Amino acid sequence: MEGIVYLYVFMLAAFTGYEVISRVPVILHTPLMSGSNFIHGVVLVGGMVTLGHAETGMQMLLGFIAVVLGAANAAGGYVVTERMLGMFKSGNRKGGA
Amino acid sequence: MTGHWFIHAAYLAVAVVFIFGLKAMASPATARKGIVWAGYAMVAAVIVTFFWPGMENRWLIVLGILLGGVVAWRSGKKVAMTEMPQMVAIYNGMGGGAAAAIAAVEFARGEVHGPAMLVMAVLGALIGAVAFSGSCVAWAKLAGKMKRAYRFPNQRTLSTMLAIIVGWLGIGIVVDGHPWAIAIILFFAVALLLGVVLTAPIGGADMPVVISLLNAFTGLAVGFEGYVLQIPALIVAGIVVGASGTLLTHLMAKAMNRPIRNVLFTPLTGEAQEDAQAIEGRMQETTALDAAATMRYAAKVIVVPGYGMAVAGAQHKVWEMSQLLEEAGVSVSFAIHPVAGRMPGHMNVLLAEAGVPYDKIFDLDEINNDFAQADVALVIGANDVVNPVARTDKSSPIYGMPILNVDHARNVIVVKRGQGTGYSGVENALFYMENCHMLYGSAQEAIAEVIQHVKSMEG
Repeated sequence: MEGIVYLYVFMLAAFTGYEVISRVPVILHTPLMSGSNFIHGVVLVGGMVTLGHAETGMQMLLGFIAVVLGAANAAGGYVVTERMLGMFKSGNRKGGA
Repeated sequence: MTGHWFIHAAYLAVAVVFIFGLKAMASPATARKGIVWAGYAMVAAVIVTFFWPGMENRWLIVLGILLGGVVAWRSGKKVAMTEMPQMVAIYNGMGGGAAAAIAAVEFARGEVHGPAMLVMAVLGALIGAVAFSGSCVAWAKLAGKMKRAYRFPNQRTLSTMLAIIVGWLGIGIVVDGHPWAIAIILFFAVALLLGVVLTAPIGGADMPVVISLLNAFTGLAVGFEGYVLQIPALIVAGIVVGASGTLLTHLMAKAMNRPIRNVLFTPLTGEAQEDAQAIEGRMQETTALDAAATMRYAAKVIVVPGYGMAVAGAQHKVWEMSQLLEEAGVSVSFAIHPVAGRMPGHMNVLLAEAGVPYDKIFDLDEINNDFAQADVALVIGANDVVNPVARTDKSSPIYGMPILNVDHARNVIVVKRGQGTGYSGVENALFYMENCHMLYGSAQEAIAEVIQHVKSMEG
């Protein structure tokens, strides 16, 4: 039963992703791609759980790799997205150079 | 599902904030808030995870986070905006690699129970590994460390065969349940190779579509691994990104009129144009003085920037010129093709960096009818996206791609380095039209010269 519940989670998440993005204007596509790139950086949590429960040296090594890569994904994704979005200004506030 | 209730309550809150954050990015006014919220949520998720029951190696985890986080943070802080696409590609590849590494540990542990979970683990591992190696290739290409397109002999057969082998190994792992180490290693080796073979032949204008697709892949891989680890927050975040990334990829492919299948299997080349229609006429050259006068005494100017402008770093100069023209009473707007730059929306970021307000920037559908009323269309470093051949010549490789109708403007001024063809290698019929004048030179210098002339002109 629990497996079926997860499949519903998959389905609803897929619709949510589709709906949320379909309203984003083209001018924000690059920050959006980078922003969603940041959000899948949550894989870091999975890496932490994996490394936290590693039993052998090999598992520790792979878990450590997962944590390093996941942290890089999250941190890098955040920084570049924030930098890009910080630059968008409206004409009303008269953006200078 | 294991773990304290408060951990899962926190994960639930994190998932909600992620979705609200993405939604906030739907408008330029709230977009920055969205990413900041999502950032706090990520930090909260990481802190809470330390309290997961039975967690060991805590110092190793902290070390890993610092190592990956600090390196990526610093590189992200100093990367130039023109190099953003390869940066997104490499961060994305890391996420895919992390998902694949998690799957490898789950395989090795032999604790993946039930066929559903094994299928998810195998799929996550496969997609994550392909996203990892594919993103590395994409990064190498965009950073200019690799030839733009490399076709393997028998490209299609090779990728099909690799896909069959990796699928067969995956099914073996699923059916077996307790697979040999050698089968797992082989599985990952072939999956990584598949990622390389799939991305190596893709070049030029197709690259953004591929990065977007790989981004969606990583999202799916993270979602599948979330299922294996039984952490719903990973499922939600991963699948939301997978779905939105797929939609984004589809939108981009549509903007180029190239189905995703074609992007992956029939790369753009200039070869197809042996029987192309001959282009008649000759190119007319103009001077910075003439260009300045034409624009200074126009009522409406539309600027069409391309990647060439960004590479030349001319966006600040272009904005300075636009402000001068506006002070003189000329209406100036910017028209952006969906695939201008190396990523969809890349050009908007580059213009935003120069200080151009986003309400002066219009996309293809919004502005295409305005060209007929424009006195001047100023094309800077753009080529294929303004080539009327895409409307008329069925034999052209870019036939059918929606283009900006700059040729409908009364005057067209093209700022261009030399007489070469565009990224796709297709000759541009626009340059030979009667209302089109070429202003040769680097965008930076040419526009600076135009600025000087505009300044010296009196009301």
